[in-house]
Amino acid sequence: MQTRFRGYRRENGRVGVRNHVLVLPVDDLSNAACEAVANNVKGTLAIPHPYGRLQFGADLELHFRTLIGAGSNPNVAAVIVIGIEEGWTKKVVDGIAATGKPVTGFGIELHGDHDTIMRASKAAREYLQWASEKPREECNLDDLWISCKCGESDTTSGCGSNPTVGNAFDKLYAAGCTLVFGETTELTGGEQIVAARCRDAKVRGDFMRVFDRYQEVINRHKTSDLSDSQPTKGNIAGGLTTIEEKALGNIQKIGKKCVVDGVIDKAEVPRGRGLWFMDSSSAAAEMVTLCAASGFVLHFFPTGQGNVIGNPILPVIKVCANPRTVRTMSEHIDVDTSGLLQREITMDQAGDKLLDMMFRTANGRLTAAEALGHREFVMTRLYESA
Amino acid sequence: MIHCVLHDPEDSVAVVVVEGIKAGQTLTGLILDEDRTISLPCTQDIPLGHKVALRDMNVGDTVIKYGIDIGKVVAPIKTGQHAHVHNIKTKRW
Repeated sequence: MQTRFRGYRRENGRVGVRNHVLVLPVDDLSNAACEAVANNVKGTLAIPHPYGRLQFGADLELHFRTLIGAGSNPNVAAVIVIGIEEGWTKKVVDGIAATGKPVTGFGIELHGDHDTIMRASKAAREYLQWASEKPREECNLDDLWISCKCGESDTTSGCGSNPTVGNAFDKLYAAGCTLVFGETTELTGGEQIVAARCRDAKVRGDFMRVFDRYQEVINRHKTSDLSDSQPTKGNIAGGLTTIEEKALGNIQKIGKKCVVDGVIDKAEVPRGRGLWFMDSSSAAAEMVTLCAASGFVLHFFPTGQGNVIGNPILPVIKVCANPRTVRTMSEHIDVDTSGLLQREITMDQAGDKLLDMMFRTANGRLTAAEALGHREFVMTRLYESA
Repeated sequence: MIHCVLHDPEDSVAVVVVEGIKAGQTLTGLILDEDRTISLPCTQDIPLGHKVALRDMNVGDTVIKYGIDIGKVVAPIKTGQHAHVHNIKTKRW
């Protein structure tokens, strides 16, 4: 297997595969200014979102962790932060500054949009030109942090695209990469299989605790057996019948050899190499955004019916084994492994095909989602605002 | 041509992996875990991705896929019939 790629080594030693200059709003009110700055300075990237006011407690902590994590991601060279006021803006700036990368914050109050946009645009232009001179350099495979999450799954996901990711994950795990999977409720029916793959009793206990907690959330709020929500309408149209069937397909993504080395909370940074389980939503854009905030730089996304998701920071590589989806939605698919279902290729060949695309993407090839402008940045909320 | 795949030889359902499967066809099924094929009848039209029953099942029976429990039968299913949300439900939630 290839072991080298050309990436961007950041001030804190982490390696990215993209070189974005972000214009990051602290709150919903600052989206307009951020988008104006990104419009003024072509090549910078605004990531608007609808939250950040009157949140409190663990929900607010997750908000900050997600924004600081997004800005700290090694795929980001430098960051402009804009918030309605300076206190929370500074909190986000300070969090990102801990990585050593350039970051400047702007508060809108006492200045207004016009003055803020002008000053932030000047800073963004300087960052963009500075970043444009950063060269790619030779990096090791084990510098890569790779996340996975599947979406609009169908039965071909469980027998084709998900085990393709699993085969690649087994090889990346052996190579010393940092990996993550999640989707807590979507393991329902297969949770004992994941528990059995945990490194030790401590990790197993951590996993079952977050699994049981999420089951309690479902049971507290459900008004039915969740049919049409989990599995989704799209899953059912694609032939998936129950959550157990969906979960057993989902779990194929962690391969046959990887060990679950630890459990992390949403948008938390892994504490070492190996495979991590993140307690997360199973909604595609939420989970991929959390992976970006945790510091992952490439994402494997198997789909059956054709989920079109992307992310502004994290390149999302789509893998599909459904021959109809590959035919009707080809512009969304990076890796076609439908040959698996006709015994035209082996699982090992499918995994290698994905790894080949991973290296090409790490070296700069734009994913289908990037080329199509999919930049879904969706923050997870834990409960109502105050 | 492979018409459907199953994971484990003990599975009670298989997944149709081609378009246009019609009632009356004899299907070739690939057992992924063993890399060998079987032959099975099909008595209903079954869309790509949907499941065909590999044995007769009664209400309350457990449906097996990946060699593991994926839910319970809620309406009788005959070998070769379409197995989906109209005759199988989750045991959770």
